[in-house]
Amino acid sequence: MTEAAACFHCGQPLVPGAAFKVEIAQQFQPMCCRGCQAVAQAIVDNGLAAYYKNRTVLPGRGQEVLSAELDQLRLYDHPKIQQSFVLDTGEHIKQAVLILEGITCAACVWLNERHLLQLPGVRLVNVNYASHRVRISWDQREIALSTILAEIQRLGYHAHPYNAQSAANSRERRRKKDLRRLAIAGIAAAQVMMLAVALYAGSWYGMEASTAKLLRWLSLALTLPVMIFAAQPFYSAAWSALKMRRLTMDVPVVIALLSAFAGSVANTWLGQSHVYYDAINMFVLFLLGTRLLEQGARERSMEAAENLLKLAPAMATRVTEDGHQLVPVLELIAGDRLLVKPGETFPADGTVESGAGGVDEALLTGESRLVAKQPGDQVIAGSINSDSPLTVRVTSIGENTVLAGIVRLLDQALAEKPRLAQLVDRIAAQFTWGLLALTLLTGVAWWWIDPSRVFDIVLSVLVVTCPCALSLAAPAALAAAGSHLLARGVLVTRGHALETLARVDHVVFDKTGTLTYGKPVLQATYPLAEWDAQQCLRWAASLEQASEHPLAAPFLAKIAADALLPVIDAHNEPGRGVSGIIAGKRYFIGRAELAGHAAADAVTDGATQVWLADETRLLAKFVLADALRSDAKQLVEALKAQGLRLSIFSGDDSATVRHIGAELGIADCRGELKPADKLAALRTLQAAGEVVMMLGDGVNDAPVLAAAQVSLAMGAGTQVARATSDMVLLSERLMEVAHALELSRLSMSVMRQNFAWAIAYNLIAVPLAALGWVSPWLAALGMSASSLIVVANALRLK
Amino acid sequence: MNSILVFLLGLTFLFLVLIGLGIFWAIKNGQFEDMEGPAQRILMDDDDPLLPGRRSAGDTLNKEP
Repeated sequence: MTEAAACFHCGQPLVPGAAFKVEIAQQFQPMCCRGCQAVAQAIVDNGLAAYYKNRTVLPGRGQEVLSAELDQLRLYDHPKIQQSFVLDTGEHIKQAVLILEGITCAACVWLNERHLLQLPGVRLVNVNYASHRVRISWDQREIALSTILAEIQRLGYHAHPYNAQSAANSRERRRKKDLRRLAIAGIAAAQVMMLAVALYAGSWYGMEASTAKLLRWLSLALTLPVMIFAAQPFYSAAWSALKMRRLTMDVPVVIALLSAFAGSVANTWLGQSHVYYDAINMFVLFLLGTRLLEQGARERSMEAAENLLKLAPAMATRVTEDGHQLVPVLELIAGDRLLVKPGETFPADGTVESGAGGVDEALLTGESRLVAKQPGDQVIAGSINSDSPLTVRVTSIGENTVLAGIVRLLDQALAEKPRLAQLVDRIAAQFTWGLLALTLLTGVAWWWIDPSRVFDIVLSVLVVTCPCALSLAAPAALAAAGSHLLARGVLVTRGHALETLARVDHVVFDKTGTLTYGKPVLQATYPLAEWDAQQCLRWAASLEQASEHPLAAPFLAKIAADALLPVIDAHNEPGRGVSGIIAGKRYFIGRAELAGHAAADAVTDGATQVWLADETRLLAKFVLADALRSDAKQLVEALKAQGLRLSIFSGDDSATVRHIGAELGIADCRGELKPADKLAALRTLQAAGEVVMMLGDGVNDAPVLAAAQVSLAMGAGTQVARATSDMVLLSERLMEVAHALELSRLSMSVMRQNFAWAIAYNLIAVPLAALGWVSPWLAALGMSASSLIVVANALRLK
Repeated sequence: MNSILVFLLGLTFLFLVLIGLGIFWAIKNGQFEDMEGPAQRILMDDDDPLLPGRRSAGDTLNKEP
């Protein structure tokens, strides 16, 4: 059974040997890591264990809140930063909209609302399940924003501020207006339809002429707001299309609406029986409804994309004669001196002035190892300072940084993408021309045959050929597939992604952070003295408590918090390791020379060695290396079963890449590639006629992600990578990639069915209407039914 | 044309205006913002025995498959 070996919190496979447990409802449940343990414990401690009963989707893997992260959260308490996203709603009462990452099901919403409301000083918490945003209002005197954010992290979610002023506000206003239009059209359509039944019945059984007249005038009164207010988007769309000398689907729609209304008003005025108010209302209601549905699905993806790409307001610490000063990155100029603390990102390119330590440049180079920096060395914006404070003199900012150079490279790649949308537009224009010509022809023909029926028949042709089903065929399928994928954790950010995905025959992976976790994991422990491995680990983890070095986390993840020993006089030696006194004796962990030993610090196969020593001898050697994601192999097998060719392009050294490739069963592995090399390798594949899908996460992948026909970035990856990708994997489950590929092919076949149906409908309905066998109301019904069938077919994509 | 018809049609008009105002009020208050949350939220028990202060002994949690 898989259940027995899965983490109770996140459902990921348990690591053999790790013993993390949390008591939930009188039962000890297994956890896969310290992160999940901490999150589950926090949930239980706050009396929110009902979450586990109510949830329907498993959350992401829990992550421990490190003190460095807490420091970063504290930045949000700074009034200067709060300016941009916090509202004052009363004396001391503040309100902000936060983006909540990690919401997977309704139980998450409940969990967050419950937990946050329990905090003192929190006045209001309102989580929007659809947009994954939370509106929070709090009393500044009782609680700080950073505390709220930290509490959210403790539950295993991530929250960051959202600037609600801008785009979202206008979108919300527009959505509300659309809803009002739909409401007006709905109310009017229901009433007019009722009156229409009375009129039809009346003309059959006989009705007093005055009553019929009253009903027609009433229908006119009800249709007026629909024509003036509800149908307005069609007028403006058609008008702007005509102004640009283009024909869109809106043009025949408006022609049909206006002519039907004008004809009806004239007949009402003259007291004649032919009115088309019912058809007008049904037409408007249905068009508005489908547009709103389609737009809703699109906006959901857009909101999710926005949640992801919203950059946190960046701040930097400037060192001046008066001391340290927190300033926005935008205010920095070349020549400024900055203090960059461990865990912070370098805001600009610069030269190290004082301090020494390791810097993580993985985002730029793809290499997972730290690069040592000393005074005089260059640091690059976007890399992360990992072990000791550095003072840096800024050499270039903004557009002039290396990072910006990579972004430019990718802008070029983006510009070369084929624009499928233009093709669709051209076809629609031709279709519309044909339609108008056909209508005119029909009108002229009937003028000769029977002038009294011309108006009826022309109207029927216009309504029946409304290319609704045709124009909905693709968007409905894409929207349905998109929202289904979103629910599974794959966000589609560009319209063409699914279309292209279905044609993919070659998948290229980045290694670090994509196939692997992108952070070091303890691979092996070699005891060198009489201690056993477990004891060595325990001592090592205890010492590492004092360290914020990325190599410390894998030790701490191995040992439960209550098993850690108290350490006295812990001493962090940047770039070398940690020393401290446990039970009266001094121990060292880190590079061998820290303890005065001359053992070789050899690095083999991308693995890093860490030594544990006391004052006289070496106690143990630990080997740390980046590990494969737990479902990487499963994904590779699934993709191979789908008949796809696979490759790995990595910036890491070739030996490591080949090693990983061999483990996964991927033959084509290329290492030591710079961003430009990756791009060239990709171009070679594309020149051979292959449709390439690229999976990556780093800044160095960004140009390749943009140039590949279709690309997917890891949700945990860098902003730039996510911004340039066609899709983003929000969940940590790699297997969703295989699922997305399958679904894309299914979507394409549904789309083809839709097109076939829409075209067949038009081929049958148009001649019937032109021959005068379809009355306007029947035309409106047929149009609606054909569109409904298209939408219903799209909804099968589950 | 009888007067009852005129009266009823007038009444319908009045109702329509009221319905319209009601829907506009609901839209303005953001009742259509989140179409999924409320449907699911109703299933969460705020009086769940696992909440603090309501804990009753012997209540066990059903583990999900």
